[in-house]
Amino acid sequence: MNMQRFCFGFLLIGALGGVAGCATTGANPDDPLEGYNRAMFKFNDGLDKAIIAPVAKGYKAVLPEFARTGVGNFFSNLGDIWIGVNNVLQGKLDEGVSDFGRFAINTTAGILGLFDVASNAGLEKHNEDFGQTLGRWGVGSGAYVVLPILGPSNVRDGFSRLAVDWHGDPLWYIGNVPTRNELYGVRVIDARASVLDASRVAEEAALDYYSYVRGAYTQRRRSLVYDGSPPREPEPAEGPAAAAQPEESRKP
Amino acid sequence: MIRLLAALCFGLFAAGAVAQDAAPDVLIKRISDEVIDIIKSDKDIKAGDQAKINTLVDAKLLPHFNFERMTALAVGRGWPRANAAQKQTLVDEFRALLVHTYSGALSTYKNEVIEFKPLRAAPGDTDVTVRTQVKRSGAQPVGIDYAMEKTPSGWKVYDVVVAGVSLVTNYRDNFNAEIRDGGVDGLIKALANKNRSLESQAGAKSK
Repeated sequence: MNMQRFCFGFLLIGALGGVAGCATTGANPDDPLEGYNRAMFKFNDGLDKAIIAPVAKGYKAVLPEFARTGVGNFFSNLGDIWIGVNNVLQGKLDEGVSDFGRFAINTTAGILGLFDVASNAGLEKHNEDFGQTLGRWGVGSGAYVVLPILGPSNVRDGFSRLAVDWHGDPLWYIGNVPTRNELYGVRVIDARASVLDASRVAEEAALDYYSYVRGAYTQRRRSLVYDGSPPREPEPAEGPAAAAQPEESRKP
Repeated sequence: MIRLLAALCFGLFAAGAVAQDAAPDVLIKRISDEVIDIIKSDKDIKAGDQAKINTLVDAKLLPHFNFERMTALAVGRGWPRANAAQKQTLVDEFRALLVHTYSGALSTYKNEVIEFKPLRAAPGDTDVTVRTQVKRSGAQPVGIDYAMEKTPSGWKVYDVVVAGVSLVTNYRDNFNAEIRDGGVDGLIKALANKNRSLESQAGAKSK
C-alpha cells in the first residue's frame, strides 16, 4: 500500500511538472488540459513502449491462441456482473438479466469462465461501465483527461473508473494481495496483447498520434453511451456538410 | 471465335451493370465475400506479402471508395480554401496513407464472420449506412458501418465507422491542426512526409 501511495505521489508530481512545463494551445475546446495531457500521454506511451508492449508481445509469442482466448474469457466473465449491474442502472433490464445469465452459464458450463459458451448460446457480450451509466443519465463527459497509466479518459469516465468501477471489479475483493496483483498484471498484459495490431495501425495512420487517440477515445465513448447508435453530432457551421457538397454547386 | 469474344464482352458488360445496380448492402457483402475467399486461399497474403495485398486492394476494394468525398470530410473547413490542384494532391496523399495503413490489416484475418444488419433505407435513398458486425470467437463483436452514397458509377463508400469511431472524422483534428499551422500546403507536406516515412519503414522491413 505504501508502495502504491509512493507511486501515485510520484506520478502526481510528474503530472504537475507536465502542467507547468507546457502552455496549453487551446486549439480544441474539449481539451483545455492539452499541455498536461500531452505530457502524460508521452509518459504513458514511453511506459508502454518500454515495458507493457514488449511484455505483451512476449506473452503473445509464448501462449498459443486458444490459451490467450481462455485468459481473456476468464476476465471477461468476471466483468459481466458489473456490466449487468450497469445495464440495470440504465434501465435496460433485459440486457442486465442476459449479463447475469452469461455469468451463470460461463462460470459453470464454461468452466470458471474459460469458455464463452453463453455467446454461442446467443447471449451477446455487452460493454458497460459506470461512466456509460452516468452518460445515459445525462451527465456530460467533461474535459478530456489522460490518466497516469490508465490512459485516455475524461472527467466523467475518469471519476467513474477511479471511484466507482473499482468496487464492481471482483478482483478487488481477493484478500490475498500478491495473488490479486498478479491477476491485475495478467489482465493488463492480456488486454494489451489483444490490441497490439490495432495500436500499431493507429500509430502508423496518425499524423499526430495524441490527437488521433483523443478523437478515437471521444468518439468511442460517445458511441458506447448510446450503445452503438449515437445521435448525429451538430456539425460546425461551414463544416463537413458544406465541404461535402459537390464542388460545382459552390462555384460562383 | 468472334462470337465467343462478343459473348464474353457482353457477359462482362452485363456483370458490370449488375454490380452498379446492386443494393449497397448486397455490394458490401459481395466484396467482402470475394476478398475473404481470396485471402483464405492465398498463403502469400496471409504471410503478409505486400505486393499481392496491394494488387488485391487495387482491384477489389479501391474502386468502391469515393476518396474525394472522404478527403473533403476529413479536411472539413479547410477544404473550400484549397485550389483544384491542392485538392487533387490531398486526395492522392490521403488515399496513399489509408491504403498503406489499413491494407496490412487484411493479412491478420482469422475466420471472423461478418453479419449484416437489416438495411434501413427507402427505395429512393442515395445516402445510406450499411451496418455490419464482425464476430470472432472469444471476443466481443465489433461493429463496422459503411457510409455510402449513390453515384453514376454505383454505390461508393465515403466513411467507415469501426466500433463507433469514424475513420474520416477522426482525421479532422489532425488535419485542422496542420492547416492552422501551415495552411493547406502545410497539410499536404505533413501527409507527404508521413507517407514517405511509412514507405521507407516498409522498405527497411522487407530488406
